[in-house]
This record gives sequence, structure tokens and C-alpha cells, in this order.
Amino acid sequence: MTRPSVDQVWEWLGAIPDPEIPAISLTDLGIIRDVDWQDDTLVVTVTPTYSGCPATSLINMEIETALRGHGIENLELKRQLSPAWTTDWMTEEGRAKLEEYGIAPPQPAGGPERCPRCGGANLEKLSQFGSTPCKAQWRCRDCLEPFEYFKCI
Amino acid sequence: MTETIDKTALLQFLLRMGDNTLILGHRVSEWCGHSPVLEEDIALANTALDLIGQTQLWLDYAAEVQGEGRTADDLAFLRDAWDFRNVLLVELPNGDFGQTLMRQFLYDAWASIMLGRLQKSADERVREIAEKAAKENAYHVERSADTVVGLGDGTEESHARMQAALDYLYPYVGELFESDATDAAMAEAGIAPDPASLRAEYDAFVGRVMAEATLTIPEKAYVHRGGRSGTMHTEHLGHLLCTMQWLQRAYPGCQW
Repeated sequence: MTRPSVDQVWEWLGAIPDPEIPAISLTDLGIIRDVDWQDDTLVVTVTPTYSGCPATSLINMEIETALRGHGIENLELKRQLSPAWTTDWMTEEGRAKLEEYGIAPPQPAGGPERCPRCGGANLEKLSQFGSTPCKAQWRCRDCLEPFEYFKCI
Repeated sequence: MTETIDKTALLQFLLRMGDNTLILGHRVSEWCGHSPVLEEDIALANTALDLIGQTQLWLDYAAEVQGEGRTADDLAFLRDAWDFRNVLLVELPNGDFGQTLMRQFLYDAWASIMLGRLQKSADERVREIAEKAAKENAYHVERSADTVVGLGDGTEESHARMQAALDYLYPYVGELFESDATDAAMAEAGIAPDPASLRAEYDAFVGRVMAEATLTIPEKAYVHRGGRSGTMHTEHLGHLLCTMQWLQRAYPGCQW
């Protein structure tokens, strides 16, 4: 087969949903650090979100399944620890999709900007930890609904 | 440069780091489903998960340095108590919720300083692991410090329990700052700081939090030691390993 371009591979990766938060893709999340052909081998470099996140191995499996499905035969997945993943690498599109899904996107101030349900700004933190390592639990004092916040790291 | 330094010392250092996170991670995971409220249960499970994740990074590297074809899993599940190099503090039983959080804070405070120093390590791999772990630790220490303050400066009952936890655990803190030949070799190679050099910063940090928590640090504390050197663990480690290693002991090589 002809070797697909790096741009094409990025597009394919952009179609793989995050296993825990399927509203956003792996590229939205900013964990794909590099895509490169080394001779006949496609090397995809991935950085973990949290070191113990159970989704990490699933993510690698999904990347492999998707790329094999597109006909890639020689594939190498590389784990890169440094620079450590930061929520700053999340795309604007990813942030918008998160909010639409009901999860407040990360903010440099360290807390959500507004309630993802009603848009209210009268918020309180319930816990710095949530249903996955990357989220915290907050509550909106306007609509009284609890919601998740994708915390900065 | 890794080739030129003492491989035995580097392995010891990595086991000490990885065994601390492994044993503490396992201890904290024992709370899963038993915490006083849902938010705390989730927070403890998340903390345990981060620590186990960090263990994977430390013990992966330890297994590589050892060079005997073993994996991080082999090191975690197939070593006996005398081969573990964690400090005694992390293997102590959970006690009540307050004691668990007190132990967590005493460890987190040390880790926050240690991981900061390790980000300047001469060893690239150590630097990378520390950079990753430090970000997770920042959330742990914020929560454990807040909880120690909340419970210490709380009701009469919670205050008394936190003071009892501090009195019980404090004699185990000194081991975190002991230096031996391994530490000297690591410091010499610029890989890790001399543990004793972290003490002043630790005392200042812990002192600030305990003052805010209205708790009194015991004055003349005996130092329990023997974990990080492997000479003598407490009786509790064997019981912990019994549970943690049960599956691999009963069904060697079992996978799913």
C-alpha cells in the first residue's frame, strides 16, 4: 500500500473518542504528541494524562485497532513522559465539546468559569477528586446542580 | 552517565521510591468502598490510583536497571517482605479515617519536597518520572493538608483522634530523612538529594500545617527504622503482602 501521509494519520486519530469521555477525541485531549514515519514504521507518541489512569492502556489499544483498520501494518506506540501532559494542550474545540457534554473545561484560574448547565457563576467546590483522575466535583449555587470540572494539571 | 554510576545503588534508590508508592497505594486502596462519605471514598481511590501509576514508572525503571528480565509486576508481586525498601510509615495499618489522612499528609509533604528536588536529577528518566508524579502529588498534598487542618481544628472528638494519630505516626517520620551509603552514592552522582537535606523544609511545612490544625508535634520522638534499608519491617507488611500478592502466589503467572 502507499504510505498514508502524517496529516492523514492525524485525521484518523482525531476520530478516536476518549474511552472515558467519548465526547472528545484523543487529539482534542492533546495526548498525541507526535506522528512520524521512521522508514516503514509509523511511530505514534502518546503521553499519559495521569500515571495511574486505567484508560491509558485502553487508549493505546484503540489507537492500534483504528490504525490497523486503516491498513497500517508496522506500528510502534511510544510512551513519552516529559514534558508531562498539561490541560493547556487541550484544543479549543475539545474544550467547547466538553462543556456541551456537561463537563466544565479546565481554566487557568484553577476552577470552572461557569456552570455547564445554566451558565451561572455562583459555584462551589465539593471535592478536588471525581469519577476519573482528571476531574473534580463542583456544584452550581444558582441551579443547585452538581457538575464535573476537568481539572488543570 | 547512567553506565558509570553504581548500578546497585541506583536500583536500591528506585526500589525505595517505587515501594513507597506501591505500599502506600495499596494501603489507601483498602479504603475503597469504606470511606465515611462518597466524596472521600472517591478521593482516596484516586490517590491510590495515582500512587500505583507512579509505582509502575519507578519499578519499570528499577526492573530495567536490574537487568534480569523482570518486570514491574514481578517486582511488586513476587518479592518477599525482606526485599521491600519502603519506609515503615507507609506500611502501617490505616487505623481510622483521621489516621489514614495524617499518614497521607506526613508522606505527601515529604514527597512534594523530594519530587521537586528530583526534577533536577542528573538522571533523565528520574527527572521525567518526578515531573509527572509532582503534578499528581500537588493535588494529594493539598487535600491531605486541608483534611488534617479540618479534622485537627474540628470537634473535640476529631481533634483528639488527630492528635493520637500524630503521636502514633510521628516516630516513623524520621526514617524518611536517614542517609546511608546508597544515598551518598545517589547524591554524589547528582541523581537524588541526600534525604537529610530535606528535613528543614519538611519541618517548616509540617509545622505550619500542624499549627493551623491546632495539633502538637511530639517533642522527643523515638525513630523507628529498618524499612528503607530492608533490615526490619513491621509485622504489618507481611499481612499486606498476603492480600496484595495472593493471586500471583496462588496462580503463578495468571493474567487477564
